[in-house]
Amino acid sequence: MMTTVTVGLGSCGIAAGANKTYEKIKAMKEQEKLPFELQKTSCIGMCYREPLVEITDDTGTYIYGDVNEDRAVEVIEKHINQHDPIRDYIVYTDLFEAAENDFIQAQVKIVLRNCGYMDPESIAEYEERNGYTAMKTIVMNKLSREEVIKTILDSGLRGRGGGGFSTGMKWKFANANKSEQKYVICNADEGDPGAFMDRSVLEGDPHSILEGMIIAAYAIEATGGVIYCRAEYPLAIKRLNIALHQAHEKGYLGKDIFGIKGWDFDIYIKEGAGAFVCGEETALIASIEGERGMPRKRPPFPAASGLWKKPTNINNVETYANVPWIILNGAAAYAKYGTEKSKGTKVFALAGKIKRSGLVEVPMGITIKDVIFKLGGGIKNNKRFKAVQLGGPSGGCIPEYLSDTIVDYDSVNATGAIMGSGGMVVMDETTCMVDVAKFFLDFTRKESCGKCTFCRMGTMRMLEILERITSGKGREGDIEKLEELAYQIKDNSLCGLGQTAPNPVLTTIRYFRDEYEAHIGHKKCPAKVCRPLLTYTVDEEKCTGCMVCLKNCPAKAITGERKKPHLINQDLCTKCGVCFTKCKFDSIVLT
Amino acid sequence: MRISRLNQKKTEIKAEDTDLRLIEPLIEKNKAKKGNLIPLLQGAQDLYGYIPKVVFEKISAECGIPLSDMFGVATFYSQFRLHPVGKHIIKVCHGTACHVQNAKEISEALEESLRIKDGETTEDRFYTLESVACLGCCSLAPVMMVADQTYGKLTGNEAVKIIKNIKLAENN
Repeated sequence: MMTTVTVGLGSCGIAAGANKTYEKIKAMKEQEKLPFELQKTSCIGMCYREPLVEITDDTGTYIYGDVNEDRAVEVIEKHINQHDPIRDYIVYTDLFEAAENDFIQAQVKIVLRNCGYMDPESIAEYEERNGYTAMKTIVMNKLSREEVIKTILDSGLRGRGGGGFSTGMKWKFANANKSEQKYVICNADEGDPGAFMDRSVLEGDPHSILEGMIIAAYAIEATGGVIYCRAEYPLAIKRLNIALHQAHEKGYLGKDIFGIKGWDFDIYIKEGAGAFVCGEETALIASIEGERGMPRKRPPFPAASGLWKKPTNINNVETYANVPWIILNGAAAYAKYGTEKSKGTKVFALAGKIKRSGLVEVPMGITIKDVIFKLGGGIKNNKRFKAVQLGGPSGGCIPEYLSDTIVDYDSVNATGAIMGSGGMVVMDETTCMVDVAKFFLDFTRKESCGKCTFCRMGTMRMLEILERITSGKGREGDIEKLEELAYQIKDNSLCGLGQTAPNPVLTTIRYFRDEYEAHIGHKKCPAKVCRPLLTYTVDEEKCTGCMVCLKNCPAKAITGERKKPHLINQDLCTKCGVCFTKCKFDSIVLT
Repeated sequence: MRISRLNQKKTEIKAEDTDLRLIEPLIEKNKAKKGNLIPLLQGAQDLYGYIPKVVFEKISAECGIPLSDMFGVATFYSQFRLHPVGKHIIKVCHGTACHVQNAKEISEALEESLRIKDGETTEDRFYTLESVACLGCCSLAPVMMVADQTYGKLTGNEAVKIIKNIKLAENN
């Protein structure tokens, strides 16, 4: 068999230098006429070891990690030319115990079934991996619309964008509303800061989303499809366009598709223009119609009156990617995974202070602890695990002592967080929870569309209180005021953004009230993050008297002579932190 | 609220410096389509780097879209710029993962080095500094993007070094 060398070229990989690695290997292959096939793939999920290079030869498959240009030369030289795999660089193989084997083996890949295993720009490779077979099976077995919807209903698939509404029910409603024109929309406006699941699927397996949408279109008799994708994902848009073009050529999109006379269905891409609120379905529709992306009142739901006032079905990327697999393998095979009310798998983007940050797909029902420690490898730099943030700006922080919580919609909701789209940002003892709450509120304040007064003004007032607390001016009663405002905003906002915006504040107050109290009562930040609450002093033992801090201090608060320990005048110090970042000897101490 | 990002230092450009012929094919293509406003604005920004006032007026006149609607949409979405920007835009990621890994330090170091604030453009119109919500490379946090190239696992000093090198390389 021909040896293949595959380079992972997802956004993360490219950012880590995978393009250079690819070009290097390509140049070597051409110069030395080396006997292997060079291929591209997308995200394999191990973002923390990018750039990744996979070599498959007669003996098996090996994935090499951290392959920069120099390593690429070494790997090709040894592995290809001398048939001697470099064990130390191999992060995954099925042949022996490699460093990251457990990361791959603990996962169940349904959504990510093709990501990293094929060239996302090749429809032939997608078809080799059972692509478009689900839709062909439907046509061949003459399954009715109701039968397709029943399969999705029985699988228990729930919306993976965060809401968790039954996908089958959505389809059923959209199917029940009769109209000449109907639409299916794919929500690819992944706006949560700290989440990149959808991006990876769009970049790594665009055809699976098209196939999911085609199946949905069949089930509800849709005539048009739109993918609403963030403009910040240029690579995803490029690959979607390639996939659309290929599907057209094959007769999977366009007129009389899949050989069914009279079934015309086409999909186009609509680039989002940067507004978090457009993840909300009615705001997304307004945006496609060319207006300000402001949510509308529901009912009527999009299933009755959506895009251009026609019945519309909206699902997110991950939901659609599940659909072909469910049709092919049956509802029971899908429902085998998960808990009573949350079936199947969920993709999480692990980020923050975690050793292995990347993309994982796990069966529902796994504990948060297992995701972070077994898959994620625990906390970076052996610090203490403090909390995990789930659901982005709409979600909340789950503290360490609740890390036995299982991953399913209802258990996560019970903690005050939400499942959300799958961002999991891990925090350690050096993260200030009040600062995190402030960060999210600042985000939702900026992203509030301004329609509802409580969301527009309430988030502003809450942010002001949080800014007061983190700058050492917190007052008695601020916590209660925050809570009161939070419930008002939740009760009086029209859409999901406002209804969930206070969640990060409420959960941090619930689980980390002592930190708020330390900020307000003692004017201290236990995690040493909020600068105005810190005192900067010089450790005389470590200070070498290099004068760097003295020269850089904008307040001229530092005095001292060369080669003698310096001194910070606390009356003049503005707590800007410049001395701390400039000192090369760690001699500035924060207390 | 979203309008708050308008309070930034503005660079004025004379109306006659804008070549209006560039936009004509785009208007022709989108004129009759429904929901055409956002693609029109996106296309205009691709051509000019921002949306000049005269372009607003031209699109409004030819497509029959009221100026107030256009301004409403243009100020709602963070993608649209109403003022010219530098040759390169430095996008410093302030997503959650970057925030907890000290993205603030990157922004501050760049602000100090370039002598501009977030959202502003350097006097020589070479760099514009922006904070963005998430670039999706969370595993490499903290991250910034300059000229479509992403740089990860940064410190303040490294970020400053990178932008200095880019400028040096282009000036030579």
